[in-house]
Amino acid sequence: MSAGGIRPPRPFPEAAHDALKDSQMRRNLRHATGTIRTKRLRAVAELPDWEALRTQAAATKDAAMRNLAEHLLTLETSVKRAGGQVHWARDAAEARTIVTDIAAAHAAREVIKVKSITSDEIELNSALEAAGIGVVETDLAELIVQLAGDAPSHILVPAIHKNRAEIRDLFRRRLGAELLTDEPAALAEAARVYLREKFLSATVAVSGANFAVAETGTVCVVESEGNGRMCLTLPDVLISIMGIEKVLPNWEDMAVFMRVLPRSSTAERMNPYTSFWTGVREGDGPREFHLVLLDNGRTDVLADEVGRQTLRCIRCSACLNVCPVYERTGGHAYGSVYPGPIGAILTPQLLKLEDDNANTLPWASSLCGACYDACPVKINIPEVLIHLRGKITDHKPLGVEGVAMKTAAWVFGEPHRFEGAIKLARLGQGPLVKQGAIHALPGLLAGWTDSRDLPAFPQQSFRELWRARKAGEEQ
Amino acid sequence: MQVDLFITCLNDALFPTTGLAMATLLERLGHTVRFTEAQTCCGQMHFNTGYQSEALGLVRKFVRDFEHAEVVVAPSGSCVAFVRDLYPKAAEWAGDTELHAQVLELGKRTFELSEFLVRVLGVTDVGAYYPHRVTYHPTCHAARLLRVGDAPLELLRNVRGLTLEPLGAPEQCCGFGGTFSVKNHETSTAMLADKVQNVLATHAEVCTAGDNSCLMHIGGGLARLRSGTGVVHLAEILASVEEGNGQNLGPARVSAEALL
Repeated sequence: MSAGGIRPPRPFPEAAHDALKDSQMRRNLRHATGTIRTKRLRAVAELPDWEALRTQAAATKDAAMRNLAEHLLTLETSVKRAGGQVHWARDAAEARTIVTDIAAAHAAREVIKVKSITSDEIELNSALEAAGIGVVETDLAELIVQLAGDAPSHILVPAIHKNRAEIRDLFRRRLGAELLTDEPAALAEAARVYLREKFLSATVAVSGANFAVAETGTVCVVESEGNGRMCLTLPDVLISIMGIEKVLPNWEDMAVFMRVLPRSSTAERMNPYTSFWTGVREGDGPREFHLVLLDNGRTDVLADEVGRQTLRCIRCSACLNVCPVYERTGGHAYGSVYPGPIGAILTPQLLKLEDDNANTLPWASSLCGACYDACPVKINIPEVLIHLRGKITDHKPLGVEGVAMKTAAWVFGEPHRFEGAIKLARLGQGPLVKQGAIHALPGLLAGWTDSRDLPAFPQQSFRELWRARKAGEEQ
Repeated sequence: MQVDLFITCLNDALFPTTGLAMATLLERLGHTVRFTEAQTCCGQMHFNTGYQSEALGLVRKFVRDFEHAEVVVAPSGSCVAFVRDLYPKAAEWAGDTELHAQVLELGKRTFELSEFLVRVLGVTDVGAYYPHRVTYHPTCHAARLLRVGDAPLELLRNVRGLTLEPLGAPEQCCGFGGTFSVKNHETSTAMLADKVQNVLATHAEVCTAGDNSCLMHIGGGLARLRSGTGVVHLAEILASVEEGNGQNLGPARVSAEALL
């Protein structure tokens, strides 16, 4: 399995077909998402001004995005002033080259990484490995995924699809750990022993960024384990890869996110480890700091008036945890490091709606709206899903479905056509109806009767019955 | 009040009894109902599946069909949510400012049945009698887009003879999602399996909701399993009375004849 990227290897329904059969994964996800859902609701209910905070967070992101170019240039100036270096990457390939070249210039044999989905988006690990540079993921869940040769299946908890017993087996196999139990403390200790040595020997670290403050050139990483803090402070060289949408103009704008992010992601009141750093400082932290600003399709997303709200995302993963589709298929079915509802709108847009497999993702939703309710930056995910469905359909050649839809629209255009169609259906359904119900449908509708009966068209439609009722009243 | 019925295409073709039940109920509460035969479909299926220019024609048609209505009431949370929530977006995306103003105005006068009864008319006891064990599924669009909240439950609690069984994980989508149910039928079925499990765990005779599309889905699963548990639209429960149509009742459904 590929270690990341955003290009789904196959259409969503095909990937879901296999994922739905994985009973262990189904059980793990049901348990994990169910638990975090309950906790998030509790954490959010504590704040009487939650709705106002959501509105403020959304408005803050929108305002930052309106002058994105300006803020990015200010950020570049500020970072340079503080002794850091800034690199601009138009796409994933450019970003990979920038990071690999810096690591190679320092003759690094191994880099340690802070959990970063952006680095997974650009498939950095395989590029580094191809250049002969080893990669050690230091976030516990990312480490599990890496050791298993697996791909992340959740934005916040990349190994959410695995349970304790599976992790114990993995650590025994790959770390040589003598684990007698699958108690979380024992598993964490095994990872700690392995990682401590890596922290102390590595010279180059790679991170992502949750936010950056343009006015001071400060970059921020929000994490729970403290392993990120180790990576950000111990090695000599730090390379941070940041999507261009993460920049905020000033510190005032940061405050609201420190309130909404922890409650939305881990259901905590306050985030455990929040690191801020500004350039480099003599005798403290890394001696060399590189900030890689990544576009990789984001400018195109920003150009779409409906789709641009996607860039508000602060990667909290609340939408994944409440999504009934995600809970059942898991993250791998989305074929991208951005799974779930946010992935269903972000992945195809980052690929400019030109990837046929990614273009199946906007339909991977029943439009139930749970994601929009949970989103701390009020991304109207159902709205964007529908918008993308329209854009993708507009550019597709007309197939069987398109003809059926256009015919249906013509039928609904006039009541007599609609009534005629109902009568026609009533006659046509004859051979399909058995004891008042339809158990097998042909063609596009066969998927329905795979698992569901369908009631037969009754002898009279509402409008026929209504005429009879009116006639009865008049007599 | 003069109430214009928006029956919806699905109910017109497949579930006419629901429309009759809604009409009977509103008349029983002293209102005048009107059904204009020009109406067909709100265009939700087209819009949500990606055929937005086709949907736009149906949006304009809906405005023509109902612009003179005092209030429009429909037995479907999903269709009403589409009118209220997405018609303005459809007009906005099409760049039609006149249509935008029209749909915003019409949206204010368009209601789902339970919210119309409880929020607009202020009625929670409609004098219904329905001697059955019932569980209620809050459909996604009624819950999250219309925010009907407890309105349907308040109505059900006041139905004489009815035993209301609380449904587990009620907020979880049943997996219908319009064309989602055929385009992603396996994921849809996985969601349905959990919904059916929760319905059966209540040991109710019927599952009710304010939307026949979701009920067609849940009922289709219950029927395929030969579970013996049925589905019935909220309007049909509320239309049932002890006198009159009682003897025509099947185990749970109201017959169309009884409502004529």
